[in-house]
Amino acid sequence: MSVLVVAEHDNAALKPATLSTIAAAAKLGPVTVLVAGANCRAVADAAAKAANVARVSLADHAAYEHGLAETVAALVGAQAKGFTHILFPATSYGKNIAPRVAALLDVAQVSDIIGVQDADTFVRPIYAGNAIATVRSKDAVKVITVRATAFDPVAAEGGKAAVETVPAAADTGLSRFVGAELTKMARPELTSATIIISGGRGMQSGENFKLIEVIADKLGAAVGASRAAVDAGFVPNDYQVGQTGKVVAPDLYIAVGISGAIQHMAGMKDSKVIVAINKDADAPIFTIADYGLVGDLFTILPELAAELDKK
Amino acid sequence: MKVLVAVKRVVDFNVRIRVKADKTGVETANVKMSMNPFDEIAVEEGVRMRESGVATELVAVSMGSKACQETLRTALALGADRAILVETDVELQPLAVAKMLKVLVEREKPELVILGKQAIDDDCNQTGQMLAALLGWPQGTFASKITPGTGTIDVTREIDGGLETVGLKLPAVVTTDLRLNTPRYASLPNIMKAKKKPLDVVTPEALGVDPAPRLQTLKVEDPPKRKSGVKVASVQELVQKLRTEAKVLR
Repeated sequence: MSVLVVAEHDNAALKPATLSTIAAAAKLGPVTVLVAGANCRAVADAAAKAANVARVSLADHAAYEHGLAETVAALVGAQAKGFTHILFPATSYGKNIAPRVAALLDVAQVSDIIGVQDADTFVRPIYAGNAIATVRSKDAVKVITVRATAFDPVAAEGGKAAVETVPAAADTGLSRFVGAELTKMARPELTSATIIISGGRGMQSGENFKLIEVIADKLGAAVGASRAAVDAGFVPNDYQVGQTGKVVAPDLYIAVGISGAIQHMAGMKDSKVIVAINKDADAPIFTIADYGLVGDLFTILPELAAELDKK
Repeated sequence: MKVLVAVKRVVDFNVRIRVKADKTGVETANVKMSMNPFDEIAVEEGVRMRESGVATELVAVSMGSKACQETLRTALALGADRAILVETDVELQPLAVAKMLKVLVEREKPELVILGKQAIDDDCNQTGQMLAALLGWPQGTFASKITPGTGTIDVTREIDGGLETVGLKLPAVVTTDLRLNTPRYASLPNIMKAKKKPLDVVTPEALGVDPAPRLQTLKVEDPPKRKSGVKVASVQELVQKLRTEAKVLR
């Protein structure tokens, strides 16, 4: 058995989800990491230092700069020979490309796995995590996306794999990158943060999210939101935690003014410790919270900020 | 341009999911079924293109049991011109669906295929990308905005950390994210009119595709239950417990 992991990166650094994907891959066999990008030698060198990596393949070409699915999938398809498993992080990057690779190889894909039972058998959530399925693939090659929060990342340092250059496949010319508008993030990203504080409809306005941001900055936390808060226009969509947003599992998740729609809980219920702050003592969020505090968030949040300053 | 949308019949998003006692799957008997919410967004986008004159014809496709005709009638009531059902009782998985869609695309020759980014039952998020690969077409997944041009289409995509816009050569495949639009409700007169719109039924055999599943489901279980914890009386108590009991704050 031999496993190919397709790295997610920004041409400068590996995304943390890649290290979790390598952890899942290491359960299956020796791991080769494919780094496709432009001027991304530093990423390949970083991948070579990660634990459990046997080899790094580097495809450095302008066509891969923006990770377009058409060009990267063609490259992965061309590199697939000899591998029994091809793994991607289940991020917007991996979800975009992996099915394209699976179809090129005429194999099924196993999406968003949270467990590896053996070489053919994987565990994955269905119905937004309301049921857990164990599935077996009958295909010779398994194309898989890995839910990063379900696998502890491998160490970023300590390995010394060799980096070899692989030929770039031709640009398909089918698509081109026009532009990106990335939300400015002074704080950690939701999917890699160890503490997250999220606001819901109870925040009442985008302005009031400042109360949450103050606490986030004291804790080094990421700021999230429920779909209700996003739909109400308080915060941008990429803040969204839930079935239709991001699935997170930090050490500490603080839900403020979030009632606990199934939709939201599907995205955060695997957090290690959950705190709920809500004025409605019967809100469903309290059924999964380790610590619940009933009260008016507009009083509680400033109090919490002050309390965190005390040592 | 001609536009094709694909819709799936799934357990309604408001239904509380119950795992079957024999662990073979989730209960779908006597459960309310609806069009997959992301596919509703796909239909709405197609209807808007039809209304603005960008689309000349809107064809809705579904696959599965005879009951999927209901889902297609909904798409017709929302504004699709005609519908095609690939009828089969075999469990359909994304690769098989993509292969059958490919055959229909080759017959119908749309310039744009719009699908939901994922179905809320199996949560696969695969079919659109697979269809694009099989056709050798570009793809714009997780779309929050579609801007058709001449021979091209710009798609703004929801990605981790923000938005990205890609320019695709037509023909192309687009999959929808939540913010693309807000789907309308079908009006009663349109529901009545939909009953008279054409709905063709074909089989996987007629399309020359073997729909047999590649993944075998060994078991389906309830997720581990999370115990509810304690209510604390004050912010002081909360912070103290987080520091000393849960040890998640220093």
